[in-house]
Amino acid sequence: MRKSHESVFTIGIGGAAGDGIRESGATMGTILADLGYEVFLSFDYPSLIRGGHNFARLSFSKEKMWCDHEALDVLIALNEETITLHRHELAHDSVVFADSFEPQDIEVLKGNAVTMPIAATVKEMNAPAITRNSMALGAVCYLLDLPFDSMQSLLGRVFKDKNPELNIKLADIGYQRMKGTGFRHTKKIHPAPEKKQLIDGNTAFAKGLMAAGLDFYVAYPMTPATSILTFFADRQKETGLRVIQPESELSVINMALGMSYAGKRVAIGTASGGFALMQEAFSCAGMAELPLVVAVSQRQAPATGLPTYSSQTDMRFVIHAGHGEFPRIVMAPGDSEEAFRAGVEALNLAWRYQIPVIVLLDKVISEHSATSLIKTEGIKIERGLISAKAGEKYGRYEITKDGISPMAFPGTPNTVVKVTSYEHDEAGITVDEPGPTKAMLSKRFAKSETLNKSLNHHETVKVHGDHSSGNVVVFWGSTKGPVLEAARYLKKPVKFVQIVWLEPFDAKRVAEELSGAKKVIDVECNHNGQLAALIREKTGIAVTDKILKYDSRPFEPIALAEEINDKL
Amino acid sequence: MPLNLSTTAKITWCPGCPNSAILVAFRQAIEEMVGTGKIKLENIVACAGIGCHGKISDYLNVNSFTALHGRLVPAMTGVKCANPALTVIGMSGDADSYSEGLEHLIHAARRNSDIKIFIHDNQVFALTTGQASAVSPKGFKGRSTPGGSIEEPFDPFSLLLSAGATFAARTYAGDIAGTKKIIETAVAHKGFSFTEIVQPCITFFDTRDYFKERVFWREGGPATNPDEAIKLSRKEGEKIPLGVFYSVEKPTFEEQLLK
Repeated sequence: MRKSHESVFTIGIGGAAGDGIRESGATMGTILADLGYEVFLSFDYPSLIRGGHNFARLSFSKEKMWCDHEALDVLIALNEETITLHRHELAHDSVVFADSFEPQDIEVLKGNAVTMPIAATVKEMNAPAITRNSMALGAVCYLLDLPFDSMQSLLGRVFKDKNPELNIKLADIGYQRMKGTGFRHTKKIHPAPEKKQLIDGNTAFAKGLMAAGLDFYVAYPMTPATSILTFFADRQKETGLRVIQPESELSVINMALGMSYAGKRVAIGTASGGFALMQEAFSCAGMAELPLVVAVSQRQAPATGLPTYSSQTDMRFVIHAGHGEFPRIVMAPGDSEEAFRAGVEALNLAWRYQIPVIVLLDKVISEHSATSLIKTEGIKIERGLISAKAGEKYGRYEITKDGISPMAFPGTPNTVVKVTSYEHDEAGITVDEPGPTKAMLSKRFAKSETLNKSLNHHETVKVHGDHSSGNVVVFWGSTKGPVLEAARYLKKPVKFVQIVWLEPFDAKRVAEELSGAKKVIDVECNHNGQLAALIREKTGIAVTDKILKYDSRPFEPIALAEEINDKL
Repeated sequence: MPLNLSTTAKITWCPGCPNSAILVAFRQAIEEMVGTGKIKLENIVACAGIGCHGKISDYLNVNSFTALHGRLVPAMTGVKCANPALTVIGMSGDADSYSEGLEHLIHAARRNSDIKIFIHDNQVFALTTGQASAVSPKGFKGRSTPGGSIEEPFDPFSLLLSAGATFAARTYAGDIAGTKKIIETAVAHKGFSFTEIVQPCITFFDTRDYFKERVFWREGGPATNPDEAIKLSRKEGEKIPLGVFYSVEKPTFEEQLLK
């Protein structure tokens, strides 16, 4: 097994779907984050409700964790299958907890196999099976040399709605039992004093939308975007925003266009397949100049693909989405913090430019969690250009120099607001002559020019690592995690160029960062190297060194580091 | 002062198209409702779909949202959710709502969305020059069914009343006064109102004589249960009843959502 750095500790928790693996990982992650550790938590699950293999993997350190590592220091196996599936990820000193072990496992694991009658203890106490996780949690606390007394209040808070006494008691049993085995404490990592929030990308993105004054969220459930819908659904009372789940994705986006026309800030979210169903109406948002935010979370496609696994295969799809030519923004955050900022920025920019804005996520960003700094204070809400002189002469599509027409909404006295999916004149009346057609299309693209002039005010491209290095790794979206994690294991200094805005593409900035480089390596989770092709299209720079992964799983940082090292 | 309800748009319906009669009825109904203070003009949103009927939004000088083909209904619900003070009126056609996007009508009826939908039903795709729609009679010889349509039409009243529509009515485009009155009643209804405007297409399916002989205004008030209403909406022998078949009050989607 490839070893992670000494300062990284990784715990895996595996069991059947319905065993509460996700909750267990989240609980452990929250506790570690509360102690000041940097944590990355991934969750791997098939598309089913009961049975099947679920696996939570937590890597933590005192330094920023960009993604989780494959090499396990501790494996908690709530069923036998977990050991079989993850044995190859164990190092010689890894510890494995299980109710019981098969002889062949004992042979391999030797003294590192720790038998813990978790199921029997829980049964004895008449506790629900899901509380098995708490006992394992206690055992891990011992291993990490975390004093149980100081853990107690933390556990009480984490389990505050989930029978805290029972869970704390089970954690204590796990802790004492581990202590009783005389097993060594494993390596100890001192946490940093600063505490961060453990948050997944969908939640962070939703908080960004909320901070930017979202009024409505409309969505049809589809993994991996569904948790945005349920996040908002649970917060309708406290926030005043409203959630609707209509009959189909087509209904979702057309309903949202109606809301936007009537002046409300609306976002919709779906996976790539759901967005495929929305194409005609997405184009209508462009034509009718209706502000709209669309979250598209990629799974492994084509078609239904792998619903609970990830890919970066829909970049080309979304930057060209919708028939016809019209301006749009596509931004691809690379982690939870960027997802939060994308939520804020997407809503503000949609209203500033009266265009659709796509935030391109994927399963990894959407559902994996990282300790992050999310600052909701001081967020500016931009409502866009509202007409001051609405009245009898008002035209919704007034031709202006910067292409942005003052908005008015239905309900304004003496003012008629007409929007339409047809090409139209300034008043919103259908036209089919070439002159007015060209004039209105040019007006819409004048907004693009205005936007392009302001690109330097946005983080369209981010540069990490050694800015002066001639070795460049270029990437986008969730690949940021494994790339920056791999950075710690590279043999040479490297400059990392992250493309955040895919449309409009900041060709000038990208060319500046790539031209003159000795070597440029493109890293993406797709078959065709979509970013490399886009860079060539927009800048003329041919990126021929590519590391592509298209097996529906994200890059593993140590393995990726080896691949990059081979090319350096 | 009479309202200025016309626009600069040139009317491009075929000369003699009953759509012009529907437009007149709509303008008169708006004059009446605004004039009597029932509705503020600025609170009317006249939505339309795509088809000959959809041109009406260009000819009405009121707020409008001309949606995509078949996608008018969710857009209307969106407008109403965003601002419940608005009166959301939708003009759609039999191809626009019965052929494409039929699911939206059913779900809007089911949730009792407070929108007023008027289906201009000429039993044919007219703007695409004469193909069979979901309500063209079996055997209809259109340009895509030269040997006659082999599909049965469905009955929108049975479907939508079963789905939960709280108002259902039928009128005939040729009767401007009757249509105006039905429009006012349908718009005044709180909740999902469904009105079918029977309309000949003088170019691709000329049913003027057929309907003139058969339509009649039925006596009596609307039913208060959907089964009875479905019966009232059905042909009586060869005769086609006009009027309000069903009207009940239920909590609307929007008032429950925004509560």
